[in-house]
Amino acid sequence: MRRRLIAALVAGALGACGSAADEIVLLNASFDPTGDLYEDFNAAFSASYRTLDGKRVSIGMSHAGSGKQARSVIDGMQADVVTLALQRDIDLIAEKTGKIPQDWRSRLPGNSAPYTSTIVLLVRGGNPKNIRDWDDLVRKGVSVVTPNPKTSGGARWNYLAAWAWAARRFAGDEARMGAFVGDIYRNAAKLDSGARGSTTTFSRQGTGDVLITWENEAFQLLAESGPGQFEMVYPSLSIRAEPPVAVVEGNASRHGALKAAQDYLAYLYSPEGQRIIARHYFRPFDPGAADPADLARFRQIEMVSIDDPLFGGWKAAQAKHFDAGGLFDQIYKPAG
Amino acid sequence: MSSEASTRTPAVKWRRRSVLPGFGLSLGYTIAYLSLVVLIPLAGLAIKSASLGWSEFWAIAFDPRVGAALQLSFGAALVAAVVNTVFGVLVAWVLVRYRFPGRRWLDAAVDLPFALPTAVAGIALATLYAPNGVFGSFLEGTLGVKVGFSALGVVFALIFVGLPFVVRTVQPVLEEIDRETEEASATLGARRWRTVTRVILPALFPAILTGFALSFARGVGEYGSVIFIANNLPFESEIAPLLIVIKLDENNYAGATAIATIMLVIAFVMLFVVNLLQAWSRKWFGHD
Repeated sequence: MRRRLIAALVAGALGACGSAADEIVLLNASFDPTGDLYEDFNAAFSASYRTLDGKRVSIGMSHAGSGKQARSVIDGMQADVVTLALQRDIDLIAEKTGKIPQDWRSRLPGNSAPYTSTIVLLVRGGNPKNIRDWDDLVRKGVSVVTPNPKTSGGARWNYLAAWAWAARRFAGDEARMGAFVGDIYRNAAKLDSGARGSTTTFSRQGTGDVLITWENEAFQLLAESGPGQFEMVYPSLSIRAEPPVAVVEGNASRHGALKAAQDYLAYLYSPEGQRIIARHYFRPFDPGAADPADLARFRQIEMVSIDDPLFGGWKAAQAKHFDAGGLFDQIYKPAG
Repeated sequence: MSSEASTRTPAVKWRRRSVLPGFGLSLGYTIAYLSLVVLIPLAGLAIKSASLGWSEFWAIAFDPRVGAALQLSFGAALVAAVVNTVFGVLVAWVLVRYRFPGRRWLDAAVDLPFALPTAVAGIALATLYAPNGVFGSFLEGTLGVKVGFSALGVVFALIFVGLPFVVRTVQPVLEEIDRETEEASATLGARRWRTVTRVILPALFPAILTGFALSFARGVGEYGSVIFIANNLPFESEIAPLLIVIKLDENNYAGATAIATIMLVIAFVMLFVVNLLQAWSRKWFGHD
């Protein structure tokens, strides 16, 4: 992590001093759970790609919470591309700095999301609390681990997935939906600031009966942990999480790296890019290119999109649920 | 800056010549340096929070959630500082007054909380005190006390990061105390406890207060270690610095600076009181 940050800083410095070197360094500001994915992807891209005048391109990574990355770019971090957890975070950069065009979402296929994921439940081996679906999370005595939607992009997907399920269960009765989602958060053992923090809390510190998390994060934890330690539970309904990507044109142009940055993101959509994506447990935009064995791991479940009328897009969802005084803020009341 | 005052001495003699040279230069340097490092950033904070109207500012200041977070941050820092004061003085005493094998190692270990990245400390503490951690399982299983992921965890984290401040401020003073005064006190017939309370503690008191204040101030601002060991639930163990980060993530810079300003004012008042206490103690014990 530390080494990556240094690489990113060096990359930023090199990028700033421009074309003297025969190598272009791109800085990719990403969110937490994409570390392994981009490590592989960057190696593949660097190996095969040369600019028109024959320069090599290498990539520096910066990983942090999605919202924090957006703020850093707004405050001047010289990222050439952003690959974040939420559309809203890129919107914010576009809005505040003008370094990203307002219509960035239509610049690349699939709403500029080369990979998608969904939100699943991870329980302890043998599923001792018998957790099958969202309504099991509000049972008394079930302890839930999920990051704070205020500080974590992934956590917002978690919250909205529960909201989508509640919308169906309570036929759109918002009072009951709010109470239901509130009950989940009142069962929370700990609100970490990011998705990775919650994974650590659940897996290493043995806290909680169920972790609400990205599907890719759950797969990764299952692969890294001993057999039978954890189990993944697909809820009956979840959300289609679309982590988007965009070129920070203002920065990349300044570094003389606009074309390289665009090609870098386009490479995510190439067959090789899609194969790497599926290998790292993200659902590829174009399943045809991925290894069928990788695809077989993803269960087909019903997923609601953020553009569904239930949410009305990120802007509306953010304002209604997560802004100050929004529905999430109303969950926690003073004790006593 | 200084030349003006020193060359035209006859006109207005606004200060007495010091035996040490360079007062003007060094004062100018001090003010410039403090401005650059401390005052300008803090002024920026005040200006930013002034962009909020009064009504908005008060709405944030009296938001019960903000209140709970401030109470926790200052309360936990206070408790941790008190604990650190008691045990820090004890540690300093042992390190200064006794000779035993491994003393140098222990002495060096005191500084570790200074050097360790707070996130590392936080994760280590959280792992130890989590319900299934080594200490956590014992505390919760046997004693029924929940430390990890609770407000008590916040206090534990702050004790950890604040300990060196007390030890390191008390230690040099303790080393300087003239042993002969203690011996004199003993030969004059004072019991041991009386020597401690009337001879040693008064001499140490200003240093103890400084250590207390530093430990407290550090605790109020601590973020890195706390968010790992607290469960960060509002009204339960959500500290004020976390609330500031949350406001920033809401893109609510004014709100974040408002909480920061409130913290700053409270901290300033408390540190000011400590300073007054210190001045008072010097006078009081000086005449004793």
